[in-house]
Amino acid sequence: MYRSHVLVCGGTGCTSSNSPKIIEQFEAQIKEKGLENEVKVIRTGCFGLCALGPVVVVYPEGCFYSEVKVEDVPEIVEEHLLKGRIVQRLLYDETKAGAQEEVKPLKETDFYKKQKRVALRNCGVINPEDINEYIAYDGYQALAKCLTELKPEEVIQIVKDSGLRGRGGGGFPTGLKWSFTAANKADQKYVVCNADEGDPGAFMDRSVLEGDPHCIIEAMTICGYATGATEGYIYVRAEYPIAVKRLEIAIAQAKEMGLLGKDIFGSGFDFDLHIKLGAGAFVCGEETALMTSIEGNRGEPRPRPPYPAVKGLFGKPTTENNVETFANIPTIIREGADYFASMGTEKSKGTKVFALGGKIKNTGLVEIPMGTTLREIIEEIGGGIPNGKKFKAAQTGGPSGGCIPMSLIDTPIDYDNLTAIGCMMGSGGLIVMDEDNCMVDIAKFFLNFTVDESCGKCTPCRVGTRRLLEMLDKITSGNGTLEDLDKLEELCYYIKENSLCGLGQTAPNPVLATLKFFRDEYVAHVVDKKCPAGVCKDLLQYKIIADKCRGCTACARKCPVGAISGTVKNPHTIDTSKCIKCGACMETCKFGAIIKE
Amino acid sequence: MKSLEELMALRDAAKAKMTAREDSTAVTRVVVGMATCGIAAGARPVMNRFSEEIEKRNLTNVTVAQTGCIGMCQYEPIVEVTEPGKEKVTYVLMNPEKATKVVVDHLVNGNPVVEYTVGALKK
Repeated sequence: MYRSHVLVCGGTGCTSSNSPKIIEQFEAQIKEKGLENEVKVIRTGCFGLCALGPVVVVYPEGCFYSEVKVEDVPEIVEEHLLKGRIVQRLLYDETKAGAQEEVKPLKETDFYKKQKRVALRNCGVINPEDINEYIAYDGYQALAKCLTELKPEEVIQIVKDSGLRGRGGGGFPTGLKWSFTAANKADQKYVVCNADEGDPGAFMDRSVLEGDPHCIIEAMTICGYATGATEGYIYVRAEYPIAVKRLEIAIAQAKEMGLLGKDIFGSGFDFDLHIKLGAGAFVCGEETALMTSIEGNRGEPRPRPPYPAVKGLFGKPTTENNVETFANIPTIIREGADYFASMGTEKSKGTKVFALGGKIKNTGLVEIPMGTTLREIIEEIGGGIPNGKKFKAAQTGGPSGGCIPMSLIDTPIDYDNLTAIGCMMGSGGLIVMDEDNCMVDIAKFFLNFTVDESCGKCTPCRVGTRRLLEMLDKITSGNGTLEDLDKLEELCYYIKENSLCGLGQTAPNPVLATLKFFRDEYVAHVVDKKCPAGVCKDLLQYKIIADKCRGCTACARKCPVGAISGTVKNPHTIDTSKCIKCGACMETCKFGAIIKE
Repeated sequence: MKSLEELMALRDAAKAKMTAREDSTAVTRVVVGMATCGIAAGARPVMNRFSEEIEKRNLTNVTVAQTGCIGMCQYEPIVEVTEPGKEKVTYVLMNPEKATKVVVDHLVNGNPVVEYTVGALKK
């Protein structure tokens, strides 16, 4: 019996901050102390609190050690594992209970207490490379129930009743989607899992695949049974090597146990899975482009109809769902549609995973019931904005989405509320912006992304987005006019209405949303030729306030282009024609004598 | 995998190995004092015996943990057993043989071994 389990986060975030070395060190130290038969080290998926990584959790005490370094490992082994004394200095602050021997349970901390984990239920809990641990936490029971007790149409009815909607961004009812494929007769049908997560700042799907790959396999097999498909493809980005490796291991283990392959659970149902690596094109996250890419062709979308349920992969009826959508399926089947439908709002059931990023204290992964307000996510779960700055807006839906300004921070988040305010749920990237972010610059950032990622097949998207970007460049360089703002808006609507696929149809959203809520910032750029947040370099000037300057020469020595002149103990000046606006002088000045405006 | 029963049997076996990760308020906790005083008095063989016996008897609802000095060094090795919703039972002057008896009488059959407890000592 292993009396103690040491869980080390092996998600991408913690892996890049050295968690593999930490695991090695744990194993070596545990061996050295002769504890290898008492203590087990387990590499898990993401715990969610990426800002505090690398994360190590020690059970049975449930100690949450944060920002652990390789050098800290001997102390944890010696003190905690050998002598039973919790290493207080490494505990996550919020779990410190005061008394030496006690820790506060993680689920009572601000970050976790409002969360409800359905899609992420096993992430950071089990070893994703061990099918037994998935089975121990009720894995594959949903599949067994479907194959041995339920008819395909009953499975679809449960999914319909649960109210689950597509988590990839569109929000289409999943049960309905399945029923379309099921209704079409064909010699071969397919199930496709869209794991081509491409929105900047979004990493929900990656974390599910890394932390709980078996739940996707189970869900896809259930979908295959419900819709009459016998083959499935997981289309995953090649940039997610950990996710790909764990999926490969999981598929091999499932096949070995007979949970994939021929005659699963003695039901006569066969299902096989393949992994297809994407080459990193954003447009391949669009369902028709994704299928074209699986077929071995250039990833370009095609017009719909025919929809994939009629003519999808290799011309056969196909059901395509996103990773997080699938991740909810086993729980829905196991716990029942009512359980799932009891969470969330009237038209958006269940939970949603968000990847919190940007100007927020607790960067990481959170799963909340639909209907939670943005304020709760940012101020309570996210821990607020660092450095005492003021919240300005939150960007959702990546390059296809919009933004939620301060005035709408109390909006309960669900599909319909977000659409109503001109935003969208999107796949779940949530980027928080504070007063130092320029909204025109943000719009430009996302547009830059879509211009790069436009596949070029249709003109409105290929040419239109580039023209939009040029207009934004004109505005941020101080050459824009009020007329440009109107033209900008007009072109946005044109692109939305005429593009072939979702990429182009939603590409102008960041511009439209920022124009709607932050028009005054655009106006400041074109009329006053000022960037209120102090971001757009062409509209900035660095100045030295003569009264505050002590003439210490620190700034002049730091300036990479020699734009600052002056003698010792006398106020310096900046030559604006030479200045490249890098801001190095401002960071260097100890007296706050340098300002930008 | 051919039946739900086969899966459930596998689940129960796998779950038994993961009790340590359960919510600590829902399982029985055996806590062994492992400060210098405890270790010197022989706490490690006691703890190992608990682990072995619990595994041998397939007790899926028990975790074994360590703690620091409880403050009664002369009575080490000290072992505390906390069952959900019940008063904590503190055993003193433990050894591996006594540990086996505690597992059998207390953890399996639900009868605390009164003569090993700190209460019996004071009488």
